Amino acid sequence: MSNTASPTYKSFYDYKGKYTGILGWILSTDHKRIGLLYFWSMLSFFLVGVTLGFLMRFEMLTTGPTIMQPQMYNAVFTLHGIIMIFLFIIPGIPAGFGNFLLPIMIGAEDVSFPRLNLLSWWLYIIGGTIAVASLFLSGGPIDTGWTFYIPYSIRTSTQVVLPLIAAFILGFSSILTGINFITTVHRLRAKGMTFFKMPLFVWSLYATGWIQIIGTPIIGITILLVIVERTFGVGLFDPAMGGDPILFQHLFWIYSHPAVYIMILPAMGIVSEIIPTFARRTIFGYKAIAFSSLAIAFVGTLVWGHHMFTSGMSDTARWIYSLLTFIVALPSAVKVFNWVATMYKGSIKMSAPFAFVMAFIFLFSIGGLTGLILGAVSTDVHLHDTYFVVSHFHFVVFGGAGFMFFAGMHYWFPKLFGKLYNDKVALWSVLILTIGFMMLYFTMFILGYEGMPRRYYDYLPQFHTLHVVATVGSWVLISGIILMLTNLFIALRKGKPAGNNPWGGLTLEWQTQSPPPFENFDYTPEVIYGPYDYEHFDEIINNGH
Amino acid sequence: MDTNQIAPAHAATQHRDDFGSKMGMWLFLFTELILFGGLFIVYMVYRIQYSEAFHFAAKELNLALGTLNTIILLTSSLTCVLALVALQKGNKALSIIFLILTKLLAVGFLVIKGFEWGAKISHGIYPGSAELANKENGEIIFFGLYYSMTGLHALHIIIGLVILSFSLVFIIRNKVTPTNYIKLETAGLYWHLVDIIWIFLFPLFYLLH
Amino acid sequence: MEDTTAIEHKHIPSYGNNILIWLTLLSLTCVTVAVAGLDLGPYILLTAMVVAAIKSALVINVFMHIKFDDPIFKLFFTVVIITLFVLFTITAFDVLYR
Repeated sequence: MSNTASPTYKSFYDYKGKYTGILGWILSTDHKRIGLLYFWSMLSFFLVGVTLGFLMRFEMLTTGPTIMQPQMYNAVFTLHGIIMIFLFIIPGIPAGFGNFLLPIMIGAEDVSFPRLNLLSWWLYIIGGTIAVASLFLSGGPIDTGWTFYIPYSIRTSTQVVLPLIAAFILGFSSILTGINFITTVHRLRAKGMTFFKMPLFVWSLYATGWIQIIGTPIIGITILLVIVERTFGVGLFDPAMGGDPILFQHLFWIYSHPAVYIMILPAMGIVSEIIPTFARRTIFGYKAIAFSSLAIAFVGTLVWGHHMFTSGMSDTARWIYSLLTFIVALPSAVKVFNWVATMYKGSIKMSAPFAFVMAFIFLFSIGGLTGLILGAVSTDVHLHDTYFVVSHFHFVVFGGAGFMFFAGMHYWFPKLFGKLYNDKVALWSVLILTIGFMMLYFTMFILGYEGMPRRYYDYLPQFHTLHVVATVGSWVLISGIILMLTNLFIALRKGKPAGNNPWGGLTLEWQTQSPPPFENFDYTPEVIYGPYDYEHFDEIINNGH
Repeated sequence: MDTNQIAPAHAATQHRDDFGSKMGMWLFLFTELILFGGLFIVYMVYRIQYSEAFHFAAKELNLALGTLNTIILLTSSLTCVLALVALQKGNKALSIIFLILTKLLAVGFLVIKGFEWGAKISHGIYPGSAELANKENGEIIFFGLYYSMTGLHALHIIIGLVILSFSLVFIIRNKVTPTNYIKLETAGLYWHLVDIIWIFLFPLFYLLH
Repeated sequence: MEDTTAIEHKHIPSYGNNILIWLTLLSLTCVTVAVAGLDLGPYILLTAMVVAAIKSALVINVFMHIKFDDPIFKLFFTVVIITLFVLFTITAFDVLYR
């Protein structure tokens, strides 16, 4: 594939469909447009979530009320959780980058069910709107925490039903995406693209799709039961009528723990794309990485009980969940070792996406190892519901999935928009982000093991210094985010044309134009070599696989 | 890659992938299966906890109506699959008749279910009622489960009716034909799933004597 | 893109076969109702569930033609059932030993 565009080349931005203008976007069934719709809507929700997080940290700057009252604080941390989890990080990488890239990476024209794909974006928007609207309706903003624990969630007078309905709709949207991806991977691979020639990002999306299908219905039914409980009082979870609140926790975590893997697996997929491209080497242990995704998906479905070690489960259940939790660390470690091994003797090019990956490996390793501390019953009993848990969660989900969302943004920015950004500024933003991140969340580890409970509005004077450090860290972190986004926005307007393959990537998305034409390729892709086969670099680049 | 290949015509995307459609439907059915699976987990937990009370409370349910409904639903599954067979054999009229029969049986199921619920409610057994509040915890839970599970199942019957209506219209308008029947086939898959759920609900609620 | 034509059916659709299955399903329903009348003590649930499993296996295999379809559907189905089964088991570990 030569870099000069063919005479008939027209990017998907210029393609004229049935509708034009804004309708051409919100009614388009083109997976690339839907991917971008997701991308922009998620970015907006992300900024709302960041603002809420900023307010929360600001409140903790001093003891006693700083800028808000306790009830307001409860609402803010609940919304921060709901928005970040259900509206940003769960759909995050799969629905945004996955939609845009999965069909291109396997050489397809679109996903299997394009109209269903559009429907899932609409459901996402409807769910998001309901969640936001619930703040201003009777009862006031929900204050249960994003976990909706019973019995508080059936007793509180705040608006609980609408956020729950929103979560249900969002879950449905997530299921439809999962169904679409799995079918697409099975049915629409290009000629020669066997399962073991698929890029690892596609593998991780495939595994994610299965978690979405197997896990999400459980939260669906749990949410329905809580709604029924609140509306009709059937007593299924209400201890006053013989119900079992711990059963609610079981059902909630049967989904919500695998949900963490919905967040992290695609992130790991992005790592596996970026490292070979920037190290100029074939990925080490392709099959090990691919299968570890499936192993994480399966074992990760079975470890939910480690969220409930102090809730009054049986001892038998506690050690079983503890054991399973330790097992899930194995496939995760397999991935980390393979990534590091890939870099060995590589000719590494230090660009922003790669720098994000370095930050990821560092932060994710800390997050993963502290996960083992929490997975052991004996230590968890002391650390449960402290800042230690909050910190661990943010290391994995923000330092892991969030940073890889940023990495994906930088890695595929040239493909999505056809422009190049300023790499030097981007590298600085990675540095600032990482420093802010460590100041904010590593401090929380210390606060946690010194005994600072999570979700508390106030704290003892002895925690003051560390809270100030964390809050300042949040400011550094936010300035990093602002710098990063500004850099990308400037590039969007004034960036230089990127060319088809600015990084020298070998996966199929780099063998078509940037931005890609309407049905992704102006030739019929056929795959001969593996996705990271740098030994055949010249042949792949010159022949378009 | 030489550039004389022109972009593929738009018509190329209109290809049919029946296998893919069926796979999508199966994946969706799995989510339904797990949705009910969650409810069955709830059932299991409370059955372990309140097994005596469950046996006692189940005596209130009408076994005859439950059995009749099982037979109706199994029969509707048969007519649904026969509608597909008839269409595959090219007999459009027979297919339509079988499909209408399926829908009539489904409505029959709902009517009987309605009578059952009505009888319970008129005896004062419904969530939040004073009558039920006086009973043991285990019985409250049993009826809570009974209403939730059969209610959600009935909701699926209604959704199934809508899907079957679409299939019927498609057949009449020749959108679904003896050579292109995937829409009817996937609708049938959904209908059979609703049947399977009932196959499990029936013994768990009605056969506890 | 692979073959995109309609699925080839290895079996010829027939009325008789399905009706036979339906009759089996009805008789199994009678059996399970009759057995429930006997006092089997702890085996009530077990027998009821076994009969229900047989019935649904018939529906899935014949009415839903998973028996005649591509093996991948069988594989998918098995994975889902196993997962569901494991979810039941480890939840029970909490409830039974609490």
